[in-house]
Amino acid sequence: MIDAFVAVLQVLLVAAGAPLLVGALRRMKALLVGRRGPRVLQPYADLAKLLRKEAVVSTTSSWIFRLTPYVLLATMLVAALIVPLVLARPVLDFAGLVLLMYLFVLGTFFLALAGLDTGSSFGGMGASREVAVAALAEPTVMIAILALALRAGTTNLGGIVERFAQEPLLAANPGHLLAFSALFIVMLAETGRLPVDNPATHLELTMIHEAMVLEYSGHYLALVEWAAAMKLFLFMALLGNLFLPWGMPLTAAPGPLALGLVVLALKLAVLTVGLAVVETGVAKLRLFRVPELLAGSFALALLSVLSVFLLR
Amino acid sequence: MIAVGLYALAALAGLAGAILGLAGMLGRVWSLRVDAVVPLGGLELTMDPLAGLFIAVAGAATVATSLTAAGGGDETRRGAGTYLLFVAAMGVVPLAANAITFLIAWELMSLASWALVLDRRDDDARHAAWVYAVMTHAGLACLIAGMLLLATHTGSVRFEDWRAAAPALQPAVRAGAALLLGLGFASKAGVIPLHVWLPLAHPAAPSHVSALMSGVMVKLGVLGLVRVGVDWLGPAPVAWGTLILLAGALSALAGILHALVETDLKRLLAFSTIENVGIVLIGLGAAMLFRHAQLETLARLALVAALYHVLNHAMFKTLLFLAAGVVVHGVGTHDLEAMGGLIKRMPWTAAAFLLGALAIAGLPPLNGFVSEWLTFQALLQNVALEAPALNLVFALAAAALALTAGLGAACFTKAFGIAFLALPRSEAAAHAHEASGVVRTVLLALAGLCVLLGIGPTVVVPALGRVAGPLVGADASGGWGGALTLTVGSFAGLSTIAIAAALLVGLAVPGAALAWTGIARRRYDATWGCGRLRQTARMEYTATAFADPFTRVFNFFYRPRTRLDRDVHPQSRLFVRRIAYTSPTRSIFDEWLYRPALDSLRVTIERVQRLQSGRASTYLVYIFAALLALLVLR
Repeated sequence: MIDAFVAVLQVLLVAAGAPLLVGALRRMKALLVGRRGPRVLQPYADLAKLLRKEAVVSTTSSWIFRLTPYVLLATMLVAALIVPLVLARPVLDFAGLVLLMYLFVLGTFFLALAGLDTGSSFGGMGASREVAVAALAEPTVMIAILALALRAGTTNLGGIVERFAQEPLLAANPGHLLAFSALFIVMLAETGRLPVDNPATHLELTMIHEAMVLEYSGHYLALVEWAAAMKLFLFMALLGNLFLPWGMPLTAAPGPLALGLVVLALKLAVLTVGLAVVETGVAKLRLFRVPELLAGSFALALLSVLSVFLLR
Repeated sequence: MIAVGLYALAALAGLAGAILGLAGMLGRVWSLRVDAVVPLGGLELTMDPLAGLFIAVAGAATVATSLTAAGGGDETRRGAGTYLLFVAAMGVVPLAANAITFLIAWELMSLASWALVLDRRDDDARHAAWVYAVMTHAGLACLIAGMLLLATHTGSVRFEDWRAAAPALQPAVRAGAALLLGLGFASKAGVIPLHVWLPLAHPAAPSHVSALMSGVMVKLGVLGLVRVGVDWLGPAPVAWGTLILLAGALSALAGILHALVETDLKRLLAFSTIENVGIVLIGLGAAMLFRHAQLETLARLALVAALYHVLNHAMFKTLLFLAAGVVVHGVGTHDLEAMGGLIKRMPWTAAAFLLGALAIAGLPPLNGFVSEWLTFQALLQNVALEAPALNLVFALAAAALALTAGLGAACFTKAFGIAFLALPRSEAAAHAHEASGVVRTVLLALAGLCVLLGIGPTVVVPALGRVAGPLVGADASGGWGGALTLTVGSFAGLSTIAIAAALLVGLAVPGAALAWTGIARRRYDATWGCGRLRQTARMEYTATAFADPFTRVFNFFYRPRTRLDRDVHPQSRLFVRRIAYTSPTRSIFDEWLYRPALDSLRVTIERVQRLQSGRASTYLVYIFAALLALLVLR
């Protein structure tokens, strides 16, 4: 019973909290450059407006284009059951990081197909770039998973987080920090943040994600944007809980759940400020310099793994 | 009519093989010996669980390809007899219990497939068949040499005697035999750099044959490697396992990189076969290394991952090649750049191809994901090995596999997206037609199998564990979790059926909610085009353009030879009359390995040719000298 409650809570938390996170991030970035920026709740208003509008669908496209936003949303909802959010043990306990990464790839796969489906050059360009960035980020993810699994003895997310929650000192070593930096860079690439992609521009030469979803409108666009916000939320919560494992409740009861919510909110706030500072501080990389950044993140992850092998 | 009968016979044989193989896999082992048919030991067949698995896979794929071929009309009439021989030989190879039986079946399989590659009889097919003939016979020579070596040192041509005698063999003999057999089998499996024949031969054959060559025949090379690695020669030393692991990682990466820039649909699928064989070998290599370190449970896990991928690849590659056959038949070309928009002309084939593409890209909850996940879990547990150098090899193999999976997803986005979506890029594509009812059923059945193998690993994995366990000295059964969740010790768990259910709910609930509230309103209009009048297929992204970021990132691998030809007006070079830009990618294996090797071979042959003067008196001197030399050496 309490499990079902936690499942619903997690899904609702991700679905409802994601636009807030995006709003807070935008506000923070605006403040950092001396603007006032839109209010924190603006993304909700945007979504509501998009949901009210009629969608225009390209006559060139097929059912793939219309199915994709739903697939994207479904992958994020399932991911919300896999990632430990308020409790150390996630709802779908068996699932690990490998599955989570592949779920994200499933979403990217369909989104890239939808980009090609409309027959516009923008869609194809965005699709090609997006899959390239996603593919090049994969090795880093896998090595970072290895680094975590080596320390925790499992690739199940619940197991990893529980292990670190019980022994937070494990998380306070340099190898762990290296893995964190590697996954942080992966997050920037996977969620289309600066310096890999600029979520705030529609400049055709530099667009990646925005070019791919250019043809979406109405409720389809709302779903796509919502799913993208959820992906960011999930990535940040994952980073927070994997690398700042303090304060995660281990049992499902009303008291600990409330505490878990507060702790999660704090971690997300810290990471949001961090991400805003990073995004304000760097310029967008040229597209063909992105592989170098990802190679750097791969080196960080590999160092983290080597530190385990050599220091045991 | 005769052709249809022969294909029906092949389908029946495939069905019988599938049942017999499944029974063998589950423990119904038997032996058969007929002395009279072949010399030197007689015809000898033995069914063991490993052979059963490969026969079951071959049988299932054969049913699908034969039914498709039977419905192919005039196009598949020629070569039906050869096809039947090919199928029969592939059924005998896993069963062969001595070297003679094995080599005869092996060579019949190679010759039959060679004849089928020649089907089109144009220059490309002839070149493909020529390269294939050379490579397969070089491989056969290695196999014969390796088997003779083992036969002389064990005094028997029976594989069972090799198993018994292997631990006592001199290390040098064992290593020599393993190397020769390994090379022979690796060339059939398409392991890089012995793969050159594969991307030529597989596309040249008719599609139902390509499907069998890619789905089944290369797997028999893998079966040979499994036999050499964990069965015939006993526990393998560290070096063999490392070599297999690295060869697997190299094949997987290089295979998918070549597939990614390919614009010929069938050649793309052929390169992806090389990639998948690489993934299988990563599992096999890991199993050999774990077994050497006496970590039998991990060895079993790695071998199960490899065998699962063999099974999965046979299913989705057969599906993809058969679907590609429908596309090629409809559009009249292999060229991706002339396809497009086919999802509207052939919706069933498109749906089946999409499922196959999702499966081969390793996406949950389909079958390719499960076997890649198992391989990852085996690789990630390498910390159990107490050797930093090996740990690093494992870590890099895991990274290579991750990159391969990412590039694979990109590659099949391209294959499906360019071939089936957007506007048709040629007149033929605009008028392509859907496959016949039989072929459609076959495609959907294969797609259904991919789904079932994806959501049912809790049934398949224990069965494969019974095949793999005894080979690596581990328990045959147990240790895989319950009916819904597959577990790998305490290290990891997975329930694809729960994921599939959750995905379906996640799709259905928002969909129903948006439809019910009336939010899901839409109307149709042209793609937004910055003010241009109408959209044409020339505005679409091409397969080449789609792969361009990868060509740039990996240009040290592709070494593109960029050329820009401009034809300008005589009075001003600002008026360009014609412009041509080509940037073909190259194969470093051809340029750095095969060309130098062939060049030096030619030089050597020319030197030796001087001996051949054509004068009988000189030849008599040669004979006399040879005789003297022999007498002196005795």
